[in-house]
Amino acid sequence: MTTALVSIRGVSKRYTRGKQTVEVLSHLDLDIASGDFLALMGPSGSGKTTLLNLIGGLDQPSGGEIRVNDQRIDTLSSGALARWRARHVGFVFQFYNLLPVLSAEANVELPLLLTDLSKAQRKKNVAAALAVVGLSDRATHKPNELSGGQQQRVAIARALVGDPTLLVCDEPTGDLDRKTADEVLTLLQDLNRNYGKTIIMVTHDAKAAEFATHRLQMDKGALVAGEAA
Amino acid sequence: MKFLTQTLQLILINLKSIPGRWGATLVIVVGLAGVVGVVTALQSMSAGMVATLRSTGSPNRAIVLKGGSNSELSSFITRDQAVVIEQSESVAKGTDGKALASGELILIAERPLRRSNTDSNVSMRGVGAAGFAMRPEVKIINGRAFKPGLQEIIVGAKALEQFVGLEVGSSVQIRGSQWAVVGTFTSNGDAHESEVWVDIETAQSAFRRNGYSSMLVQLAEPSAFEAFKDGLTTDPRLQVDVLNEIDYFSSQSRSFTRIIGVLVTVVGIIMGLGAIFAALNTMYSAVAARTVEIATLRALGFGGAVVVLATIAEAMVLALLGGAIGGLGAYAFFNGYTVSTLGAGFTQIAFSFRVTPSLLVTGMILSLLVGFLGGFFPALRAARMQIATALRAA
Ligand SMILES: Nc1ncnc2c1ncn2[C@@H]1O[C@H](COP(=O)(O)OP(=O)(O)OP(=O)(O)O)[C@@H](O)[C@H]1O
Ligand SMILES: [Mg+2]
Repeated sequence: MTTALVSIRGVSKRYTRGKQTVEVLSHLDLDIASGDFLALMGPSGSGKTTLLNLIGGLDQPSGGEIRVNDQRIDTLSSGALARWRARHVGFVFQFYNLLPVLSAEANVELPLLLTDLSKAQRKKNVAAALAVVGLSDRATHKPNELSGGQQQRVAIARALVGDPTLLVCDEPTGDLDRKTADEVLTLLQDLNRNYGKTIIMVTHDAKAAEFATHRLQMDKGALVAGEAA
Repeated sequence: MKFLTQTLQLILINLKSIPGRWGATLVIVVGLAGVVGVVTALQSMSAGMVATLRSTGSPNRAIVLKGGSNSELSSFITRDQAVVIEQSESVAKGTDGKALASGELILIAERPLRRSNTDSNVSMRGVGAAGFAMRPEVKIINGRAFKPGLQEIIVGAKALEQFVGLEVGSSVQIRGSQWAVVGTFTSNGDAHESEVWVDIETAQSAFRRNGYSSMLVQLAEPSAFEAFKDGLTTDPRLQVDVLNEIDYFSSQSRSFTRIIGVLVTVVGIIMGLGAIFAALNTMYSAVAARTVEIATLRALGFGGAVVVLATIAEAMVLALLGGAIGGLGAYAFFNGYTVSTLGAGFTQIAFSFRVTPSLLVTGMILSLLVGFLGGFFPALRAARMQIATALRAA
């Protein structure tokens, strides 16, 4: 029995808009092993973001089971789910989603405010995370004083700093040029290879998917092709 | 503890984001400054009036009016009745052994106001030696006291300020005769300072009055009031009302303070509602502008309660800022500002606006309340937001 880190069984997601019900994901099964770097690909509207949000605990399925580290997350209350996210998931978004009024280091510190770490420990961990993404010298800069690639690296540092079980990235290079995108992808690859981070990344870009260890194709709410673990 | 740190952090983040949205934020600050400023100014007017009339009088003194008359102006006490009143055992005796009782006459004179140059009523009070002896607070600050038998008057400090031509040395025509102003007096800032005083007997003969408007008596001690009152009201020779002097003057401000009270309530409610909508508007737009930020924080694991509290706190901080500006503005512009109004006796009573600490506190409480209500619903909206949906708004 392979002990998958993420185990998805028969998961569906339906949206009801008025009288109409749209099934965005239907009876989906998926296992993701610890240490994987998985690229989720597929046409727009195929349900990639929806699946990623379910894995990251931002949303809950209409049916089926989701286990992470042998814990059912589809049955958690929203408060428990929030605590679970804080503990286990690091998010990276297409548009970075940094708080514009906070410096890079204050942005990175945010997840640590939810922990019991002392101020000194928080400072130390923030510095370490910024060092990993190569932005120690930009710690006090505000997001609008940083390039897109730098902002995304700050966002990655924020996702890393709490040492989560999973890194969940939705089109992390969707807003970056080729060269900058490759830098960010190299960073993610490095986190996967050298820090053992399990990463699930949604991308449209076949080149970006090359950086992953596995690739999966989605279409119309189902997994259609690819090499899962 | 963790909860508190998170909330404080989030409040700080929210406050830091204000400079980016000054326009929207000013609505709540300016709105509340206006509300609190107006309400505080109105209340300070009332407070000033009440303070002036409350400070008039002493618990040791009682005033006797004709039964059923609400003010000295409509009251009349005959000389015979005055003698009966003087003889009450509760009345204190002066050093000369005579009863400390002062029969006084109130007349109305018309004088032009400095501010508008239109005629208005000034109270003219006929007072005897006992009236001065019983009122140690009355002090001649300029000139001298009037001499009995001469057509002389002294003028209260506020009357001097309000009316034209009452300076020491001037001569004024009152009710057909000429009177010389020989002095100016103060009386602890109370209502008497808005009056003109004249010797009682001179006034009686000049204005052909036989008797008094009221009797002011010094009680042997404050507790003697009930006995004094009972004695007079049960005396078949008299038909009088007996009031504590302080109560009498307070009652003279009652209709004024009631009007102001109604005005404050009406204006406060209307403007307060406006301010709540301004606050709601500000906070809804703040929440809308921060949809993605809030969703991001919640994705990171910040709880809904933290977001609610931080949003409400932000509104309350802004409201408090507005309230403080309004309160201090009212203080700067109105505190000590002297106006005069027609008292119950239709004579001018001058008083100063009083922006008291308690009014400032009331203004703060009002703004906190508005801030709370204005932040509450937007905060709920922020907390109820579907994270996944909100993140798509990026
Ligand atoms: N809140 C919602 N209500 C109704 N339908 C929704 C909602 N969220 C997503 N959908 C629908 O679900 C489908 C899948 O959306 P999803 O965002 O997962 O696609 P995606 O594969 O990430 O697309 P893209 O590549 O454009 O990001 C779409 O058809 C979308 O319209
Ligand atoms: Mg998507």
